Amino acid sequence: MDYSSFLQMNEELSLLAVMVILLVYDIFGSEKSLRYFQPVALVLFTAHTLLNCIPRDAFEVAGGMYHYVPMMTYVKTILNVGTLIVFLQAHKFLNDDANRIRRGEFYFLTLSTLLGMYFMISSGNFLLFFIGLETASIPMTTLVAFDKHNRKSAEAAAKYILSAVFASAISLFGMSLIYGTTGTLYFNDLAVLLTGSPLQTMAFVFFSVGLFFKISLVPFHLWTPDVYEGAPTNITSYLSVISKGSAVFVLFTLLVKVFPNMVAQWQPVLYGIAIASITVANVFAIRQKNLKRFLAFSSISQAGYILLAIISGTALGMTSLVYYVLVYMFSNLAAFGVVSVIEHRTGKVGMDDYNGLYQTNPRLSVVMMIALFSLAGIPPFAGFFSKFFVFAAAADQGFYVLVFIALLNTIISLYYYLLVVKAMFINKSENPIEKLTTDTPAKISLVLCTLGILLVGLISTIYNQIAVFSFGI
Amino acid sequence: MNILSLFVLIPVLMMIGLYFSNTRKQIQTVTASGSTLLLILSGVITFMYLTQRAAGDLSEMLLVADTVWYAPFNIHYSVGVDGISIAMLLLSSVIVFTGVFASWKIDPLPKEYFLWYCMLSIGVYGFFISTDLFTMFMFYEIALIPMYLLIGVWGTGKKEYAAMKLTLMLMGGSALLLVGILGIYYTSGATSMNVLEISKMSIPLSAQYFFFPLTFMGFGVLGALFPFHTWSPDGHASAPTAVSMLHAGVLMKLGGYGCFRVAIYLMPEAAHDLSWIFLILTSCSVVYGAFSAVVQTDLKYINAYSSVSHCGLVLFAILMLNETAMTGAVLQMLSHGLMTALFFALIGMIYGRTHTRLITEMGGLMKVLPFLGVSYVIAGLASLGLPSLSGFVAEMTIFIGAFQHTDLFHRILTITATTSIVITAVYILRMIGKIFYGKVLNSEHLKLTDATWYERVSVVTLIVVIFAIGSAPFWISSMIHESVIPVISQLPK
Repeated sequence: MDYSSFLQMNEELSLLAVMVILLVYDIFGSEKSLRYFQPVALVLFTAHTLLNCIPRDAFEVAGGMYHYVPMMTYVKTILNVGTLIVFLQAHKFLNDDANRIRRGEFYFLTLSTLLGMYFMISSGNFLLFFIGLETASIPMTTLVAFDKHNRKSAEAAAKYILSAVFASAISLFGMSLIYGTTGTLYFNDLAVLLTGSPLQTMAFVFFSVGLFFKISLVPFHLWTPDVYEGAPTNITSYLSVISKGSAVFVLFTLLVKVFPNMVAQWQPVLYGIAIASITVANVFAIRQKNLKRFLAFSSISQAGYILLAIISGTALGMTSLVYYVLVYMFSNLAAFGVVSVIEHRTGKVGMDDYNGLYQTNPRLSVVMMIALFSLAGIPPFAGFFSKFFVFAAAADQGFYVLVFIALLNTIISLYYYLLVVKAMFINKSENPIEKLTTDTPAKISLVLCTLGILLVGLISTIYNQIAVFSFGI
Repeated sequence: MNILSLFVLIPVLMMIGLYFSNTRKQIQTVTASGSTLLLILSGVITFMYLTQRAAGDLSEMLLVADTVWYAPFNIHYSVGVDGISIAMLLLSSVIVFTGVFASWKIDPLPKEYFLWYCMLSIGVYGFFISTDLFTMFMFYEIALIPMYLLIGVWGTGKKEYAAMKLTLMLMGGSALLLVGILGIYYTSGATSMNVLEISKMSIPLSAQYFFFPLTFMGFGVLGALFPFHTWSPDGHASAPTAVSMLHAGVLMKLGGYGCFRVAIYLMPEAAHDLSWIFLILTSCSVVYGAFSAVVQTDLKYINAYSSVSHCGLVLFAILMLNETAMTGAVLQMLSHGLMTALFFALIGMIYGRTHTRLITEMGGLMKVLPFLGVSYVIAGLASLGLPSLSGFVAEMTIFIGAFQHTDLFHRILTITATTSIVITAVYILRMIGKIFYGKVLNSEHLKLTDATWYERVSVVTLIVVIFAIGSAPFWISSMIHESVIPVISQLPK
């Protein structure tokens, strides 16, 4: 066997290298040298991000087991940038006395899940896809349980692993049915063989559960609020952005690459799930008092909006999806960044605790407001553009009713985003959160997110770049 | 760079300037100079427009510029003006200018207040200069969201409720609008979202029947179309003075302008066939708004309901679909914008002194506040349509245009709408009589002082413009008239 072709998998190999270096450093580094652990990790990871941000030509490895198209570089770069921002936000959290000795694990586990997502994105075969999915899920559980003295964290981890395993099992069952009806697991061969027979439809439905679970779409979303609430905030933001972002991209590519002949079967499924996700999540979000749970429901509804891009199945939809994930990443990480700073310093996550925040912490409130406006789709912030493009991609295919329902939901979502803005800017409080100092890494991360939210929309270069490599049915 | 883009750029620069200013003095300098610049700029633009027209340039839009923005969606940043947008830009500049002086001593957080105020004006100006559907929609939404915080933080009364209601209802309108815009673009088969280009395409009739009501209602919500007007009284009553001015004076015109420019211009057949539904609704606005104003006792509520009535008249006139009435509609937008801004400015000044807005608690103020009193009377007379003031010109043109329809349906609605003139006289005269004449009800009121210099700047500017339009309306109405013709020529005979 020719192993040299493995060297083409640049992204995976360099990420693996970063992981191994960090692991060795963490195990063998002296007490004194470990002071530099976090800066080294950040530098290595930034180098990895920069090295792999230039698209190459498409290729396949191992007979189509692994395949690469230029678009994947963009997606992986978005994931890298998101992970980098999460690392910056977690910097202070990992310097706590309780977490200091475990920070090597934090980086190693996070990067393992990232590696899993890489393989999931680049897989050309259901086997590799499944390995990727599992590599992304299992270390995630340990991360959710990272706060080991906190009962909620442990409970969240238990919930996560049980639901994740269950979803994977159903998904695996779907794959076995696919193999049973076609005799192959390679994506390239499946496109022709999957014609939408009843058994294959069933296979699709079972298979897609695994991804729907990862994207946390209704009705596979029940784990989301509890896990988001229990996990350490930085893990929550990782879960809500990176894990979700990779899964939606994979869902889109699978639908257009593997199931192109089953459009009539998967479109109604997505149609229903999109409406259910957006509506249910919005209705539940209104009642939330805990900001982490609130953002959990908000992220479920955001995932529903992404489905509008997927359902179009066009190149336009592809571009809009990747763009949406990018904008969503900046907006959500900014919101979670503020929540994590405040939670880490004061332990407060209730919406009422945020009353009068603008009086004491104007900068944090403004960042939070920009993030929420972007999530709500208010111009001139990038969220407006990403929402518009997603709607336009769906309208392009004639889904006007779906667009209309989604738009009505944006009004509900605007209501609950405004509730947080109202708490920070309008409500008065007897004892507001005191003036906080934000550590430099977190500050950098918030500035990055804010710049992203402001510039990605107004400057069209990024969207046009993504559009160059989009493909459709 | 195109000169029209300055309308967006100057407020952006003002925002940057505000970010770095710390004292009230600096804030006032930045906002006053910025808004004066905008006023001068709109004068220059008007002059450029008129000279180009006089030189024989007959193209629909002048001073056009076009840059590709998002190529995959054919979204362009394209700007251009015709007579109607010129009128609207003049109106916006006057009101932004006077609004700055009306909120000269705003408290608390003057810096944040003006930051939002500038953002609001970016939206307003951007909307009027855009000729691309996407850019138009974007500026429309930019203009909406600052309202929430402006009312929520600096408002009075049940401000949180009013702010939320206003924002959600207007955003609801924009949701309808977005479906309409996407539908127009994709069914027309045009290769760009430019209004001028889409107007040359023909949208299939079945699609028009679906998207015209969505678009018209979407803009109609902002134009206080009955029954979607309920945000307006609460919103205007709770908003701080300058925000009420800008909102009633300019923002509500976005609705009328959008109905005209997007809904009717791009979907003329549907407009012709479906106008009757909306005509009924708008005549409801006209009469219902006027009657509601009669029973209110809060000055701001009176003026807010009066705005519903007057803005209803704008939409009513647009739906008459003939040259005279449409010209009248634009004149009415101008006239109503100016006089309602004057009203809100004066109400704000009176409230700042008496700390009440209830007409039952005031009386005889003319003796104490002669300047404010006389100005208030002038505003009132403009509102009820006294000749030589702007209101007369506008309403006259509208009703002459409306009477050109000879069928029974239009006649009945026209006569119904005309009654609003009488009802307007009732509530205006009642209000003026109660608060300015008769005995002083509260001895505290005898100690009040009349307008300060910055208040006078704002009031005098508005009065001068109202007089100017009222006594010399022809240059402006002919400018509007020639820009109405392209829209009329699209309509089926």
